[in-house]
Amino acid sequence: MYVAVKGGEKAIANSQKLLAEERRGNHKVPELSLDQIREQMSLAVDRVMTEGSLYDPELAALAIKQARGDLQEAIFLLRAYRTTLPRFGDGEPIDTAEMAVRRRISATYKDLPGGQVLGPSFDYTHRLLDFALAAGDNRPAAEIAEAPVEGGMPRVTEILNYEGLIETEQPGNDSEPVFDLTRNSPRYPAERAARLQNLARGDEGFILALGYSTQRGYGNNHPFAGEIRMGEVAVEFSPEELGFPIEIGEITVTECQMINQFKGSASQPPQFTQGYGLTFGHCERKAMSMALVDRALRAREFDEPIDAPAQDEEFVLAHSDNVEASGFVQHLKLPHYVDFQAELVTVRALRKAFEESVSDNVSDAAE
Amino acid sequence: MADVIDHPSRTAATDARTTSGYNFAYLDEQTKRMIRRAILKGVAVPGYQVPFGSREMPLPYGWGTGGIQVTAAVIGPDDTLKVIDQGADDTTNAVNIRSFFAKTAGVATTDRTVEATVIQTRHRIPETPLSENQILVYQVPIPEPLRWLEPRETETRKMHALEEYGAMHVSLYEDIAKYGRITKSYNYPVRVNGRYVMSPSPIPKFDNPKMDRMAALQLFGAGREKRIYAVPPYTKVKSLDFEDHPFTIESWEQSCSLCGAGDSYLDEVVTDDKGGKMYVCSDSDFCEQRRAAGHVGDGGDSAYATRDKIPSGDEQ
Amino acid sequence: MAVMTDIKPGFRDPVLDSQAVFRAVLDAMARPGKLHSLSVLDDVPAPLDAATAAVCLTLVDQDTPLWIGADLRSQGAEAFLKFHCGCPIVDDPAKAAFALTSAAKLPGLDGFAIGDDSYPETSTTVIVQTGGLAEGGEGLTLRGPGIADTHRLAVSGLRTGVWREWTENGVLFPCGIDLILVHGATLAALPRTTTVTEQEG
Repeated sequence: MYVAVKGGEKAIANSQKLLAEERRGNHKVPELSLDQIREQMSLAVDRVMTEGSLYDPELAALAIKQARGDLQEAIFLLRAYRTTLPRFGDGEPIDTAEMAVRRRISATYKDLPGGQVLGPSFDYTHRLLDFALAAGDNRPAAEIAEAPVEGGMPRVTEILNYEGLIETEQPGNDSEPVFDLTRNSPRYPAERAARLQNLARGDEGFILALGYSTQRGYGNNHPFAGEIRMGEVAVEFSPEELGFPIEIGEITVTECQMINQFKGSASQPPQFTQGYGLTFGHCERKAMSMALVDRALRAREFDEPIDAPAQDEEFVLAHSDNVEASGFVQHLKLPHYVDFQAELVTVRALRKAFEESVSDNVSDAAE
Repeated sequence: MADVIDHPSRTAATDARTTSGYNFAYLDEQTKRMIRRAILKGVAVPGYQVPFGSREMPLPYGWGTGGIQVTAAVIGPDDTLKVIDQGADDTTNAVNIRSFFAKTAGVATTDRTVEATVIQTRHRIPETPLSENQILVYQVPIPEPLRWLEPRETETRKMHALEEYGAMHVSLYEDIAKYGRITKSYNYPVRVNGRYVMSPSPIPKFDNPKMDRMAALQLFGAGREKRIYAVPPYTKVKSLDFEDHPFTIESWEQSCSLCGAGDSYLDEVVTDDKGGKMYVCSDSDFCEQRRAAGHVGDGGDSAYATRDKIPSGDEQ
Repeated sequence: MAVMTDIKPGFRDPVLDSQAVFRAVLDAMARPGKLHSLSVLDDVPAPLDAATAAVCLTLVDQDTPLWIGADLRSQGAEAFLKFHCGCPIVDDPAKAAFALTSAAKLPGLDGFAIGDDSYPETSTTVIVQTGGLAEGGEGLTLRGPGIADTHRLAVSGLRTGVWREWTENGVLFPCGIDLILVHGATLAALPRTTTVTEQEG
């Protein structure tokens, strides 16, 4: 028993050996390759990249393999790696209007320039377990179109903006560096850039539940899915010695723009407001939830009453990160016997005092 | 300039850098600078929680990442590191953190309190008084002493700025009204140099008096909550109390079964399921040194009197 | 502009040297008035003292705007600091995280950032090159956190009125500036909590 709470380096090493054994599973089953994970578990890879805030499908696949499929553990692995990387500078903002679109849908217009592009989606699948897939995937590869989806797909918000029907996004001040959540401690009230970074890194389940709660009346803001688009965008970087941006690569992102309840004032005609979500890869549920929560967190900006959890900035931002949350919840399994002993001493003393006062009362009554 | 011959500790540090693939003591230099600046501000404003850009560490948040970042920013090749958890050097988490620094910084480690120049701790202050040549680094889960009364950072920050600690006193007084005494037994709030109310981290209140005018520098790191704070040497640290209910510490009727100490913090070890128990020092080095000096306890349960011969976790 | 070859070298071992300097500064800040001798830089650009340069290399970077007093500005010093620290150099001492000044031309202490009650750490740390530092014996009597009872420190070359302003700085607590006093390769520090008495039996 005493032995159980004391652990030598050897015990830790043995535990890790066992863990590796469990990860590998039955040796008769072929080992997973990173290629297999990256190609066939791609949505897991995308989630790990998004919440790990590092775009590297190869490393995300490794993290998933190493974490035995525990995505929060994989996210942690990627984060801990990311934090050691040197920084060369800030990239240019990506331009999602120039996205090579693979999926684009709008719930606000039946048709619009560029059209609705369903792309790869679970949306209209019948959720029937595919026993044929269990036996192996023999489907022929999908035919590839002759040409990519035609360009020129203005975002729905731009269409609305033409009529002045939606609030105009205010560009940030270029001379001020953008707040970086990974290098600074958050300050409240937080600016929107800090909030969006937090939501993008936040746990999908947590953000989903908060977004859902706004739909059920806890801070409702009447959302319409203005547009969801997924595809590839160019990443540009301006090296100091060149002084102009060069393209350094391409990443897949999912973007969601929610159109929310309108707002007007004595000086401003009514306009729709917006909530925004963006993720690496294809994380549609997360992007939509993020847009709902972003809009809810803008309550202060729009002078809306703040009475729901999703509108409560400190509550949302301080508890969204699953690396933080998981660590702190699980730290409860570390020894706490010193503090528990302190509590034992206190409770015993209180009980003794209680019993003495009871017996005093009894003897008083007997007299 | 004459050739400089590297000190052996420097060579060990360089070796640690190359074999681990990471920088000395893991953190990159820019991060260390940021943490070092925060530590200096913490020393300059005793008891004030300095926000810092805490990094994700390769150990989970809540498992000492704040203490590890402070230690990593402070430690050098000439240091000797001691790591304790619950007062003991051999608890799993202490072993793990010690081996992290042995690996990434190549520093000497020790179990002996008196030999250490940097001591990282979770939940205890060593029984052996610390000296001017030592730095005590606390791992802190919740740095905000007012958090239990007010969960909002925006509010607690205001309370500290305005020195508005009435709510804390009210809460302690409510305890007295209900139980006849202050029942807080660990993480007992202190006031530093007459200004900031500070969390001493979850040490038992038994250890609070050791913080007062301690000769060693005390640094506190909260990684998940992204705060660093400090108590300079010889600084007044007062546990909050009331004139009619002065602060007191735990005491035991028993003494340590192994070394006989009657003035140390004791762990209660359950020996059977019928109420059998014995008490042993929580500070394993303190207990060891006393036994080496010939002190003996009453032996307690015979199985535990010989616990050194019981197969340790290493064999499990 | 200075060419690369004019820039004096930084630390021989940036990782371990900056650690050693930090520990000296930390101990200096934790034990106000205690002198520390550094031995990490022997060739620094005039008019910087070796300890000034070492503290800058250790603590100053792109995140900490630096203010330099007119009499400490030289082409060599600015090139050295820009190259090794990569810090922005600012004209307004109230915008500086760190400031470099000589003791004789030390600006009014109220000209630096003092932080605010909610974030008192946002104040300036002022590095002052003095005409000499000596512990014990004559000099100032220091009291406060980090000092068991009292500590004696003599500082040469300061303009008049500094210690009266320092007392006002102390009243601002938790706001206020912190001082790192330097002479050659020697340094001492006075955090905002240290009270200074000029003449005492």
